[in-house]
Amino acid sequence: MSRIGVFVCHCGENISRTVDVERVAEAAGHISGVAYATDYKYMCSDPGQGLLKKAVAEHKLDGLVVAACSPRMHEKTFRNAAKAAGLNPFLCEMANIREHCSWVHEDREEATAKAIDIVRLMVERVKKDKALQPITVPITKRALVIGGGIAGIQAALDIADCGHQVLLVEREPSIGGHMAQLSETFPTLDCSQCIMTPKMVDVANHPNIKLYTWSEIENVDGYIGNFQVTIRKKARSVDMDKCTGCGVCMAKCPQKKIKSKFDCGLGTRPAIYVPFPQAVPNAPVIDRENCTYFKSGKCGVCAKVCGPGAVDYDQQDELITEPVGAIVVATGFELYSIAEKPKGSSIKGYGEFGHGTIPDVIDGMTFERLASASGPTGGKILRPSDGREPKQVVFVQCVGSRAREKGISYCSKVCCMYTAKHTMLYKHKVHDGQAYVFFMDARTPGKSYDEFWRRAVEEEEAVYIRGMVSRLYQKGDKIVVMGSDVLVGVQVEIEADLVVLATAVQPRQGADSLAQKLGISYDTYNFYSEAHAKLKPVECATAGIYLAGACQGPKDIPDTVSQASAAAAKVMTLFAKDQLEREPIVARVNERNCVACFYCKKVCPYGAVEEKEIRDRQGNLVRVVAYVNPGVCGGCGTCQATCPSKSVELDGYTDEQVMAMIEAL
Amino acid sequence: MHETKEKHDFEPKIVAFVCTWCTYAGADLAGTSRLQYPSNVRVLKFPCTGRIDPVFILRAFQRGADGVLVSGCHPGDCHYMAGNLHARRRFAAFRGLLDFVGVDLNRLQFSWVSAAEGGKWVEVVTELTERIRAMGPMEEFKTLETEECWSGALATPELQEAYNQI
Ligand SMILES: Cc1cc2nc3c(=O)[nH]c(=O)nc-3n(C[C@H](O)[C@H](O)[C@H](O)COP(=O)(O)OP(=O)(O)OC[C@H]3O[C@@H](n4cnc5c(N)ncnc54)[C@H](O)[C@@H]3O)c2cc1C
Repeated sequence: MSRIGVFVCHCGENISRTVDVERVAEAAGHISGVAYATDYKYMCSDPGQGLLKKAVAEHKLDGLVVAACSPRMHEKTFRNAAKAAGLNPFLCEMANIREHCSWVHEDREEATAKAIDIVRLMVERVKKDKALQPITVPITKRALVIGGGIAGIQAALDIADCGHQVLLVEREPSIGGHMAQLSETFPTLDCSQCIMTPKMVDVANHPNIKLYTWSEIENVDGYIGNFQVTIRKKARSVDMDKCTGCGVCMAKCPQKKIKSKFDCGLGTRPAIYVPFPQAVPNAPVIDRENCTYFKSGKCGVCAKVCGPGAVDYDQQDELITEPVGAIVVATGFELYSIAEKPKGSSIKGYGEFGHGTIPDVIDGMTFERLASASGPTGGKILRPSDGREPKQVVFVQCVGSRAREKGISYCSKVCCMYTAKHTMLYKHKVHDGQAYVFFMDARTPGKSYDEFWRRAVEEEEAVYIRGMVSRLYQKGDKIVVMGSDVLVGVQVEIEADLVVLATAVQPRQGADSLAQKLGISYDTYNFYSEAHAKLKPVECATAGIYLAGACQGPKDIPDTVSQASAAAAKVMTLFAKDQLEREPIVARVNERNCVACFYCKKVCPYGAVEEKEIRDRQGNLVRVVAYVNPGVCGGCGTCQATCPSKSVELDGYTDEQVMAMIEAL
Repeated sequence: MHETKEKHDFEPKIVAFVCTWCTYAGADLAGTSRLQYPSNVRVLKFPCTGRIDPVFILRAFQRGADGVLVSGCHPGDCHYMAGNLHARRRFAAFRGLLDFVGVDLNRLQFSWVSAAEGGKWVEVVTELTERIRAMGPMEEFKTLETEECWSGALATPELQEAYNQI
């Protein structure tokens, strides 16, 4: 390339404040091979792109360097502009003088010198750039949704309604997630079951949805449009085709004293069980750890009473491999259980507030089960310890959340609202009761949210005390809660019958291991990371994988549902095409040099390297060489760095391109 | 008010070889968070640390780098599943080799910086820059400039004698 154009962006003042952009453009003009260099206020704007296109035509440019923001931000924009100007898009590179320069340095001289250096390196690179043609691959128009909470359900229904097949994988025996556990929901106080269960039934009846409950993701291979997922269908010990859901097995099971996880340990369930009466599917699972038959070989009552003969003790885990084109991750959240510290957790504060030792100190989800009409108390608010109706209830917000010193600095977002809801539900059920709330701030942005909170304070007479709880202990059958009211400046002490902790919303345990299978990134807390905080809030950086719901960050139901529908829309956009254009950043083998050592094959994480036979015209085998399947290659370049004979090259990152930059250092 | 910056006699040249997905993104985050760090580093972007050939590091030293940083995704977080693990293994062997030829290993740093760790990027770069600044320029490994080769400055008596014997 000998006629390179360099375009230096001011980014308003974001770059020009610390980098002398005119000087950068002028210096760029003196680099050999640069035919045109200029600067402009906003290169990404329409006129900015127009400037670039015009310059290509006027100066017959054959390579471009745009010195502006990070390529992660605008490489696509400028490559498209290059394409529109008639250049191969891969002959356009970005020099990152914003994120890596103007924003991180204050000294104008230093920043300008660095910016010139960055531009110089990129000019040398562009000289070695080659025109690349996009690779097209077919798209499998089936989606995988992981997690059957409201997020997964909404995404699955939307995609299925659009006419595409969906596999919905849920690791519990039933779909529903946390929303199925809630009593009534803010800000309207409509019953959660009433709005949730019809959607669950829609999933079960949808001809386009294949439901895998009691199942987990074992492995994920492939890439956008062409994933291969292996699903582990855990042994249910019940043949779903035969089971009619009559429930006789559950009624007759002699083992009835197992704590129900769905009811947060307040109620019990048998060893063969559905987690809750409206479960979808309505077929039970045998909990093998607690089943007498599996423990001692005796019993077998459920098999004897089952009319259709659906109970099958010999069922094994099944591994099923399915092709899909896109994946929606909707694995939701978990409440921080301060009672016990999970293995490997770096968070401090476990064992605080008597959680786990004082029976009448419970978390928010447990309160939901107490308040739920279908819960273990039939909707009566009763103390777990003695079944008495509590007359004074203390709610403590921000337990774990916003406690930087203990390791969680974020706000869990839903607790202010659900605590306000809890005080109302309590008042509706215990008219002579009094609710107290210890809070840091009341965070209620959202449509009709602040009005809801005010109602709790003004009409339902919850007493809000601004301050944190310092100490809490059992005294007789009361729990003494000591804290400070920082507005009035006094210490308060309340003798409570029940304490409800709004513990932090956390990602699922094991969220990181699922992310590793999927090859998606996550933040320090294990919430999954979106590709861009503002402009790509549902996409993962890994193409073809999308996020929905609380697995990406704490979220209430309206936000969860919106994000789920957005993720579904992204999947449908992908499926609207038959072929997908892929970036042609793939490895190619120089067959003449290849010595067939196949080290590349050993290191390739995608299994993209094949052994190719070269035959003469008579069909005799001449030699075997490596071949990289461009559809499968992920473009990491590990093969190239490994190849001892330097016979494989990654397009877009060839040795020539890299060396050109190093030579220019 | 900005503090007046200290001036140093020697400003080292630091070259960072980083992967796109984690460290490059982490460095971007340092930018969006407006964290400040020394301007000595020049970043070369690769899809994955697995793509980074040790030859690049040698050449960077030859071309005037005083310190080299290689940084990618944390183990287990590689966008390409395992490229960073291959890199780790490769560079473990490569360090031994560098040590053998007499390069002070303090000049070469490996680190894992994720897309969420803008702060860590700043720490790593600042610390490396300061360390190399204290160590001074790396002289022993640079390629000779053409003039130096022909200037006669290198014609030591030993060399002359060797030439005469040919
Ligand atoms: C106490 C409390 C009260 C609340 N009250 C309200 C309210 O009144 N109004 C409101 O708008 N919001 C409320 N919320 C928030 C609401 O619960 C969430 O917004 C909503 O549940 C998020 O849905 P989700 O689908 O993202 O996650 P979840 O409901 O957590 O669902 C995730 C699903 O994925 C499954 N899963 C997890 N990991 C895997 C895996 N590896 N493989 C397969 N499946 C997996 C889980 O089993 C689960 O079924 C409340 C939250 C709490 C804690």
